[in-house]
Amino acid sequence: MKKSGAKIFVDTLIEHGVDTIFGFPGGAVLPIYDQLYQSPVRHILTRHEQGAIHAADGYARVTGKAGICIATSGPGATNLVTGLANAFMDSVPLIAFSGQVPTSMIGNDSFQEADIYGITIPVTKYNYLVKDVNNLRRVLDEAFHIARTGRPGPVLIDIPKDVQIKETEFWEGKEIDLPPNHRADDLDIQKQIKRAAEAIRNAKRPVLYVGGGAIISGASEPLKKLAEKASIPVTTTLMGKGSFPETHPLSLGMLGMHGTKYANYAVTEADLLIAIGARFDDRVTGDIKRFAPNAGIIHIDIDPAEISKIIKVDIPMVGDANDILSALCKMLESKRHPEWLDKIAEWKRDYPLSYDKSGNEIKPQYVVEKIYEVTKGDAIIATEVGQNQMWAAQYYLLDRPRSFVSSGGLGTMGFGFPASIGAKVGCPDRVVFDIAGDGSFQMTIQELATAVQDGINVKIAILNNGYLGMVRQWQEIFFGRRYSSTCLGKSPDFVAIAKGYGAEGIRVTKPEDVEPAIKQALQTDKPVVIDFCVSPEENVFPMVPPGEAIDKMLDQGSGK
Amino acid sequence: MRHILSVLVRNHAGVLSHVAGLFTRRSYNIESLVAGETEDPDISRITIVVAGDERVLEQVSKQLGKLVDVISVSDLKYDRAVTRELSIITVKSTAKTRYEIIEIAEVFGAKVVDMSEKTITIEITGEERVIKNVVNLLRPFGIEEMARTGLIALGLKSPS
Ligand SMILES: Cc1cc2nc3c(=O)[nH]c(=O)nc-3n(C[C@H](O)[C@H](O)[C@H](O)COP(=O)(O)OP(=O)(O)OC[C@H]3O[C@@H](n4cnc5c(N)ncnc54)[C@H](O)[C@@H]3O)c2cc1C
Ligand SMILES: Cc1ncc(C[n+]2csc(CCOP(=O)(O)OP(=O)(O)O)c2C)c(N)n1
Ligand SMILES: [Mg+2]
Repeated sequence: MKKSGAKIFVDTLIEHGVDTIFGFPGGAVLPIYDQLYQSPVRHILTRHEQGAIHAADGYARVTGKAGICIATSGPGATNLVTGLANAFMDSVPLIAFSGQVPTSMIGNDSFQEADIYGITIPVTKYNYLVKDVNNLRRVLDEAFHIARTGRPGPVLIDIPKDVQIKETEFWEGKEIDLPPNHRADDLDIQKQIKRAAEAIRNAKRPVLYVGGGAIISGASEPLKKLAEKASIPVTTTLMGKGSFPETHPLSLGMLGMHGTKYANYAVTEADLLIAIGARFDDRVTGDIKRFAPNAGIIHIDIDPAEISKIIKVDIPMVGDANDILSALCKMLESKRHPEWLDKIAEWKRDYPLSYDKSGNEIKPQYVVEKIYEVTKGDAIIATEVGQNQMWAAQYYLLDRPRSFVSSGGLGTMGFGFPASIGAKVGCPDRVVFDIAGDGSFQMTIQELATAVQDGINVKIAILNNGYLGMVRQWQEIFFGRRYSSTCLGKSPDFVAIAKGYGAEGIRVTKPEDVEPAIKQALQTDKPVVIDFCVSPEENVFPMVPPGEAIDKMLDQGSGK
Repeated sequence: MRHILSVLVRNHAGVLSHVAGLFTRRSYNIESLVAGETEDPDISRITIVVAGDERVLEQVSKQLGKLVDVISVSDLKYDRAVTRELSIITVKSTAKTRYEIIEIAEVFGAKVVDMSEKTITIEITGEERVIKNVVNLLRPFGIEEMARTGLIALGLKSPS
């Protein structure tokens, strides 16, 4: 029996367990869309291809499965580029499909032709242009393998229209034949684990620095065991948020530019830093020469290229965090560091996260605290980018992984809302909140139509400060309050917009109305936009000025 | 410091873009990059000469190793490798200088492959050092055109 390319496409996706695709049709993907028409796969029509790929990304982050999206050739395909770069930076497994002009017309500047293969090489883990329908099945199987294994990442597959139409008998899956994942360092992992155990035994001031890799690997359990057994405080990156319970006494919250003071102090004073699936990003390290200056460094990462990329590592361990931590745990005996933990308790007492609660404006931090309380810390939190993102990270404590959906590496405004749609589709039984900024939300606001049409019941909490707040904060502190093009002027009527799309809208202007509004949103069986009119010039603190050491933090009142 | 990386890759249309793209994206300096088939037609060897310290070299090798198409990356030491480059050089000549040029060519085992009233074209194969040397000696006569292949290399198998 022969099958067309489009049929192979749909059947293979189903074989790989795909239940949902996010996409937007066009001429070059008509044969595929025709197959989707009769298929059991759910297709969610977004209102922009960027919305589709961010939704697939959000879906992937909360489920751990590969997110799938599809777009037509040319402009459809180029609209995927930001989403690919976003997923690439944050190591998200994603497969994006684009239609392409027929093979015979490639290179002729044909209608809606774009070299999406060439464009996306630097922003994908791998990409394909499938010129022969006989290769389609192999490519699809490889893509799932590549996106999900090792360090996950996005794969783009460009499929010309004639390849979708042509038929072939080669549609059955075969064993994958790819060069094996490389291990540039031939490290004797057992030996390194022994060395690491020894280092942990000897450490007086150890700190666990945990990143997104711990979440990808599902390492929360051995991580908790290790921390408790050896009595080691844990700080997470933005991407690692939720890998270790933030309500746990050993949790230090987030470190870095907008991390807690106690996390940054602890790292600076540490004599042993155990990095797990974290990549020493500049937002985390500040001045690299003064980052963990007194510490030996253990680094567990699945990607050998991350080892000693930024900072010289003493004990490298290349492999899966879950496996390595489990093995490491077995080698350790219980240990206490009363002095170190006392010191940390003192920092926590003296330098808690705080904000000015005076005045009768709504404070954005207060809104996040209330969302936390009302949802009992159990929601999935998506964020936009900017101050809203940092307040969400600081004030919404998460006790479980795969619950924080935020654009960390690329910092893509407009990511959070479509990602929250994808997250809700992936976890329909959980409450999903997008903590948004008024600027970011307007970049993908059209996806309200998607949420309404498909009954995807997400809640959007706009921390409406009337500014591109994070940029304004930098202008305030580093550019003498010259607010060049960061004031958003009179806010659009977000409530009316929400209603116009058929969602619910609530405006909140008084602190006492914050909590009732959140409750009302949760009781509403529709997507709800809550427009929280917050104090316009609130800043995110603590803050490490760029290039500074992370223990040199600005706080409330400083820098003004 | 310059290093020679010998990279085996799966041989298909996009692979060069992926490899070359990595160098631009990560801002590594390539001095030369040469790709060609190996004994196995499904596998190509890309020989890359790259400038940078040990740390850069380590990153380049690891990042190359991550590319899906890359089968292996080896760092060839200059003293433990056969390295060759081929050059074709067209030099201006007159009746007076012709024999001088041919003599230089002969000393280095270069071949004269074309001659006109006003030019001589020679072909030379050798280590980079040799080629540089010849180029320097020919320069005073006036080099009209030159083409170089870039470096190819294989590791030595004989004991050192
Ligand atoms: C406005 C703004 C402000 C920011 N401020 C901060 C801040 O103050 N603090 C902060 O922390 N971040 C901040 N960020 C985020 C920051 O830019 C980075 O995205 C983030 O710090 C990177 O997190 P990570 O190190 O956990 O790495 P990730 O990008 O999550 O990388 C994951 C790592 O884990 C590895 N890995 C993958 N799978 C496995 C596995 N199975 N086993 C082991 N390892 C694995 C990968 O190879 C990679 O090295 C900010 C971002 C924005 C936009
Ligand atoms: C697509 C994109 N463009 C520009 C930026 C730069 N940028 C970072 S934060 C920010 C302000 C975001 O404003 P808003 O969404 O209102 O959030 P706030 O900081 O006010 O909470 C800008 C413009 C970005 N991160 N992404
Ligand atoms: Mg704003």
